[in-house]
Amino acid sequence: MIEVDAVSKHFGDFMALDRVSLSIGQGKLVALLGPSGSGKTTLLRILAGLEQPDLGRIRLGGVDATGLGARDRRIGFVFQHYALFRHMNIAANIAFGLKVRKGPQRLNSAMIDEKVNTLLDLVQLGGLAGRYPSQLSGGQRQRVALARALAVEPRLLLLDEPFGALDAQVRKDLRRWLRRLHDEMGLTGVFVTHDQEEALEVADEVVVMNKGRIEQIGTPSEIYDSPATPFVYRFLGNVNAVACNVSGGNARIEGLHVAGGTVDGRGTAFIRPHDVELLELSPDLPQATVRLVTVLGPLVRAEVVLPDGTALESELTRDQKDRLDLRRGQEVSIFLRKAKVFVGDGA
Amino acid sequence: MASATLPLLRRNRVASSVIPGFGPTLGFTLFYLSLIVLLPLAALLLKAAGTTFEQWGRILGDPRILSALWLSFGGAFAAALINAVFGLLVAWVLVRYPFPGRRIVDAMVDLPFALPTAVAGIALTALYAPNGWLGKLLTPLGITVAFTPLGVVVAMVFIGLPFVVRTVEPVLQDIDLELEEAAASLGADRLQTFFRVILPAIAPSLLTGFSLALARAVGEYGSVIFIAGNLPGISEIAPLLIITKLEQYDYVGATAIAAVMLTISFALLLAVNLLQKWRRARMGGRG
Repeated sequence: MIEVDAVSKHFGDFMALDRVSLSIGQGKLVALLGPSGSGKTTLLRILAGLEQPDLGRIRLGGVDATGLGARDRRIGFVFQHYALFRHMNIAANIAFGLKVRKGPQRLNSAMIDEKVNTLLDLVQLGGLAGRYPSQLSGGQRQRVALARALAVEPRLLLLDEPFGALDAQVRKDLRRWLRRLHDEMGLTGVFVTHDQEEALEVADEVVVMNKGRIEQIGTPSEIYDSPATPFVYRFLGNVNAVACNVSGGNARIEGLHVAGGTVDGRGTAFIRPHDVELLELSPDLPQATVRLVTVLGPLVRAEVVLPDGTALESELTRDQKDRLDLRRGQEVSIFLRKAKVFVGDGA
Repeated sequence: MASATLPLLRRNRVASSVIPGFGPTLGFTLFYLSLIVLLPLAALLLKAAGTTFEQWGRILGDPRILSALWLSFGGAFAAALINAVFGLLVAWVLVRYPFPGRRIVDAMVDLPFALPTAVAGIALTALYAPNGWLGKLLTPLGITVAFTPLGVVVAMVFIGLPFVVRTVEPVLQDIDLELEEAAASLGADRLQTFFRVILPAIAPSLLTGFSLALARAVGEYGSVIFIAGNLPGISEIAPLLIITKLEQYDYVGATAIAAVMLTISFALLLAVNLLQKWRRARMGGRG
């Protein structure tokens, strides 16, 4: 159990973290997701002991570790740019954490060799023990960095944008591999990412951060299906954000009624494109004009305009499009399956 | 069609570098090096080649010459070692810590480059003479610097410092802080991080700085002769002995000492280069 209790951190005038609290359960893989400058990397570095918080406490397994330096925390850290030791070969890189150990915990060199070999196999770099980091590809370097961090048997593994510097295909393979590895080894991990797809695919739990604060914590489906704030709506996936008036628990958008909003006033309604259904013209439903139809493989994206000029994006299947025979300029009826209204700031 | 694609093909095959003109630049390099470096050295060796076996024996057996050579190379080696340690320290402070007046300190490092060596020699002598500012403090402790081999080393340290600082500084600047953080997160303490991570990374530049400081100290004349006192067999350096021989019209003796110095210097620099090459080869031919 890792607990972050009301941690704040400033860099000069910049508020990197503002009273952030979070607890991470044993064996969980957690994603810190947010745009750059949201404080996610700072939080990771504070967990690792590479930065000290201005305020607040860090507890590892119930023990206060706030003042503890990185060297005494037994927390593995995988850097975005790997930070491999260039003058050491792969085996020496992985063995580093074992070789600097002192006292009774120090393993003899045969045990170190054995452990290094096991780790090399684990990260699928069996034959490359004698190579140097400059002779490896980005994905291989990343796996070496991971093996090096795992060698010291950390109680928590932290990864800073672990796939950020890799190309798309390697990235996809590596994150699935990381997920499997996590499931097999059962270790607790936290990784930082700004890629929502990555967070949703790999993590057990996603922590969405913005401007030094946590916006929402939840499972990937909770985060995606019921975002707690406008920011989370915008940050995760495509969304239509439509200004509306809220009165008596109803939001009015030109001809559309959406339940939601507890306070009267101006608000913003958020509707996912796949929740905007396009139907054949019917007198009972509001109308819209199709402005654009784009076919994206199995999906079709259509832009429709309401009579008052409000544009909405809709996602439908190829099938639905063919049935409607969707074309530019066509009049359709629309139905909103689901929407969420936030009153006040149009964030 | 064929004639149109031919130049393209040829360019692809030959030019792996983006900058063209390998032929002319190589030619110029060889010509220039010959004119500036090889020609004078060849003249020196030619002159030395005229020396008979017997003369060689007399020169290499002369205790005054041997001790001068020993002082020049031994002193230079010691000075370069001292500079490697403290130059690294200075470079570290300049790179890692912002402090008021850093730019001034940074500029001061280059002073030994800019100062006429005779001026440096006179200043050091004044400072370390038994009645000088520092000499006064050291004399009661039984340490005499001026007019001893120690004085020679002090002067050599002075003129060699910039070489180490300036070669190590940029490399130190390039070392990612993440490397140290990675080492710390793996449980390494500060000493382990320095000796296992940082030192190996800067070793090549430190070695270069060391050999430059060594070469400069071996050849140094102006600043050393003032503080050395030049007692034959004790604090007389080889370059001074060459001048002395020349003044006595002993051209054979002067050239012979010069040839010996040249050979040792070349061997030392070659050794340093081989060491660098070996290190690179060990790192898989890169880095």
